[in-house]
Amino acid sequence: MTALLTIIVLVFILVAIWQMVKIFDLAQARTENTQVATDKDNTINGYIMMGFLAFIYIITIVSIVKWGDLPLLSNAASEHGSTTDNLMITSLVIIFFVQTITQFLLHYFAFKYKGEKGKKALFFADNNKLEAVWTIIPVIVLAGLIIYGLNTWINIMGVDETEDPLVVELYAQQFNWKARYAGADNTLGKANVRLIDIDRANILGLDEADPNAQDDIITTELHLPVGRPVLFKMRSQDVLHSAYMPHFRAQMNCVPGMITQFGFTPTVTTAEMRQTQEIQDKVANINRIRVEKSEALVAKGEDALDRYEFDYLLLCNKICGKSHYNMQMKIVVESQEEYDSWIKEQKEFKNSLSN
Amino acid sequence: MSAHADTHAHDDHGHHHKETFVTKYIFSQDHKMIAKQYLITGTIMGVIGIIMSLMFRMQIAWPEEPNVIFEALLGKWAPEGVMDADIYLALVTIHGTIMVFFVLTAGLSGTFSNLLIPLQIGARDMASGFLNMVSYWLFFLSSVVMVLSLFVEAGPAAAGWTIYPPLSALPMAQGGSGMGMTLWLVSMAIFIASSLLGSLNYIVTVLNLRTKGMTMTRLPLTIWAFFITAVIGVISFPVLLSAALLLIMDRSFGTSFFLSDIFIQGEVLHYQGGSPVLFEHLFWFLGHPEVYIVILPAMGLVSEIMAANSRKPIFGYRAMIASILAIAFLSTIVWGHHMFISGMNPFLGSVFTFTTLLIAIPSAVKAFNWITTLWKGNLQMNPAMLFSIGFVSTFITGGLTGIILGDSALDINVHDTYFVVAHFHLVMGISALYGMFAGIYHWYPKMFGRMLNKNLGYIHFWITAICAYGVFFPMHFIGMAGLPRRYYTNSNFPLFDDLANVNVVITVFALIGGAVQIIYLYNFFISIFYGKKAEQNPWKSTTLEWTTPVEHIHGNWPGEIPHVHRWAYDYSKPGHDVDFVPQTVPLKDGEEELQH
Repeated sequence: MTALLTIIVLVFILVAIWQMVKIFDLAQARTENTQVATDKDNTINGYIMMGFLAFIYIITIVSIVKWGDLPLLSNAASEHGSTTDNLMITSLVIIFFVQTITQFLLHYFAFKYKGEKGKKALFFADNNKLEAVWTIIPVIVLAGLIIYGLNTWINIMGVDETEDPLVVELYAQQFNWKARYAGADNTLGKANVRLIDIDRANILGLDEADPNAQDDIITTELHLPVGRPVLFKMRSQDVLHSAYMPHFRAQMNCVPGMITQFGFTPTVTTAEMRQTQEIQDKVANINRIRVEKSEALVAKGEDALDRYEFDYLLLCNKICGKSHYNMQMKIVVESQEEYDSWIKEQKEFKNSLSN
Repeated sequence: MSAHADTHAHDDHGHHHKETFVTKYIFSQDHKMIAKQYLITGTIMGVIGIIMSLMFRMQIAWPEEPNVIFEALLGKWAPEGVMDADIYLALVTIHGTIMVFFVLTAGLSGTFSNLLIPLQIGARDMASGFLNMVSYWLFFLSSVVMVLSLFVEAGPAAAGWTIYPPLSALPMAQGGSGMGMTLWLVSMAIFIASSLLGSLNYIVTVLNLRTKGMTMTRLPLTIWAFFITAVIGVISFPVLLSAALLLIMDRSFGTSFFLSDIFIQGEVLHYQGGSPVLFEHLFWFLGHPEVYIVILPAMGLVSEIMAANSRKPIFGYRAMIASILAIAFLSTIVWGHHMFISGMNPFLGSVFTFTTLLIAIPSAVKAFNWITTLWKGNLQMNPAMLFSIGFVSTFITGGLTGIILGDSALDINVHDTYFVVAHFHLVMGISALYGMFAGIYHWYPKMFGRMLNKNLGYIHFWITAICAYGVFFPMHFIGMAGLPRRYYTNSNFPLFDDLANVNVVITVFALIGGAVQIIYLYNFFISIFYGKKAEQNPWKSTTLEWTTPVEHIHGNWPGEIPHVHRWAYDYSKPGHDVDFVPQTVPLKDGEEELQH
């Protein structure tokens, strides 16, 4: 029935368009009708070009004002995060500067030099000086960006083993995350998916004979002590996943058959982050949206939505199958003491096995 | 026979055969007919691809809400009108595949390379008309296989258009990785064969069949673009073919090229020693040049149309060629910027950041040269010209954000978010589509002997232009806010609740933009039969294709092939009464040939 209705609606739309087109055609019949632009067409489209330039500027301003301060741009919660953000802001400023000028020239010229019968264009085929200028300027700007960018990249990706980072494994499977802490020895035990033994609850395939594995701790939440460097070792048991921690400006793919890594130092605890003005505004805004949505849901007889409270998240960011859209893990950044007492409550690997 | 007594060996074929309906319209070896076949097949695929995108945009804006359109079009994949998560991923995947390969590679390059290479260089046809015909029919066959894959029981391929294994290799990982993925791979293998035959033909034709006087530096920029595109295609497409073949081996014959240590659905698989990262390298070794295979022909078309409609020579002809060459060269050594966080050695990331950001230089040169071409011109605002200006606009907007994505340190945080989607849709999707539309409006009279309705063209352009920005500009911001792409719904992340209204705005623009294409389709198909009859040279262009008769004939020119005496851009040249001097007009006494 609905299919039939849809088809009928589509037919009506087509008929409407057909009728509209006939009107256009009739309106055109009285002109000379060569379908080549006339001076009038040039003038009208020239003005619309200026209008369109205004549209581009307006949509830029509206986007920046309405959505430009989405807190993920500011508020990095890791040590390298602020350097990333500075690089981002520098790049964005350059982009908006170039965008504003080039779009102006393009559309303004399209307006200014609109064609008229009998006018002749300037025969201007080449100018080495001009071309040298707009080759050299991008070269200089990009050289700066490349050097700045590579410095930042090397700084982020370099792992300083002397800092004694906390070693944590992020383990991905369709469609959830596990974290494995290295325990007191801070060394992860050997593991391979071939050793997985579901009956014995050896779910990550740890080598039961490896002494380093005995004190490993497997959790479903990621807790990190603030201020201590963390070195993540990523594994996946089935398909590609990507461990995306946007608040920390961190991301690395999890690849079956190999171990990848990414390190950072969290600098803001979850509690502190919840207190910042940006996050409070964001949370208040989100809760207002959720209340509105809940009213509609309750009216339909469904459950209302929970209140949202800010938490850091680990998201999957590489297409991994049907439930890719809901593969997440909560991250808690806390003080060393809080972390210590939390980790003490978790079961060590040797005690978590069932016969 | 006297008509081509002077000419090349390739003239022997075709001329004396009696043409039947089948040889004229179906198994035609005439490049002009093959061009039209490419265009119409590409258009049909484009309609399918766009409808898919509108469906998943509706799902993103109004997640899990029943929709009669879903119920009508998706059938069992939309129980009670609610789109299923599997089919969402399939729609995203097939949309990408169709638009990139079937519309913007075959539909764009296939149409205009075929139409314009022989006509603009002064040849009677392609070097091999037969291979050209085979190329089209392989493309048609691959389109059929791709469309058939939509009706597979377990669903079409759904691993993203990049089909990274193991997701694409293991049927138990995803419904679409069964028969659907097999058909996807078969379709792409046929497509690649088609593309290679086409490319080889274009290269040989440009190198060998130029008419007397048509030196390489007198070629219109369209031909340069098609020529270099074909060269990149020949270099990179075979690598994708090898990746596809290895993936087929992994899927069907138990090899482990891309797979290792996998535990899925309660069992360990036998694969050992392969690496998905290897697949990523092979895929992007084609995948990145591919975006230039898509955009270079559009650049060529736009350069030509801008010059003709500005009534001015293209500014910096030699710089334009040099930048095409530079882009083509760099395009083959930047693929790793898709893989900064794939687990590849970070040092490689540094190298690829360096080469990637270098591409901005020739791109900037091109953009400035186009803008300067407009300066002090006498702009004829035909629909083709509007689409060309629109091309430059979206190419700049989309290209600039490449500075962020090509920078490995920044890519960490926006990789695979909507920022990427916004970037590549503007810089290669919308831009290439504009280039294609510009080409269609400009060369329609050459293809069909009739004119497209210009007022419908104006409406088509302006609404499309507004919607393109309306869709993709805000999308950058939800990407910067960290929203990952390819999520069926964002409702499991309250964190993103404040982005829901942006997604509604985007979808509304997308729906309007999609609906407007109906006006274009109407214009296109109706004008074939009822359009105003075209003059021989409606845009007063200098290039050779406008010296052929409006009525198509096999062999293109009724008499001898014209000889060429000057470059392609003598518009408004001082010392001439008219504002264009065709390439066939000999230089006057004392006239200098200015070609740069």
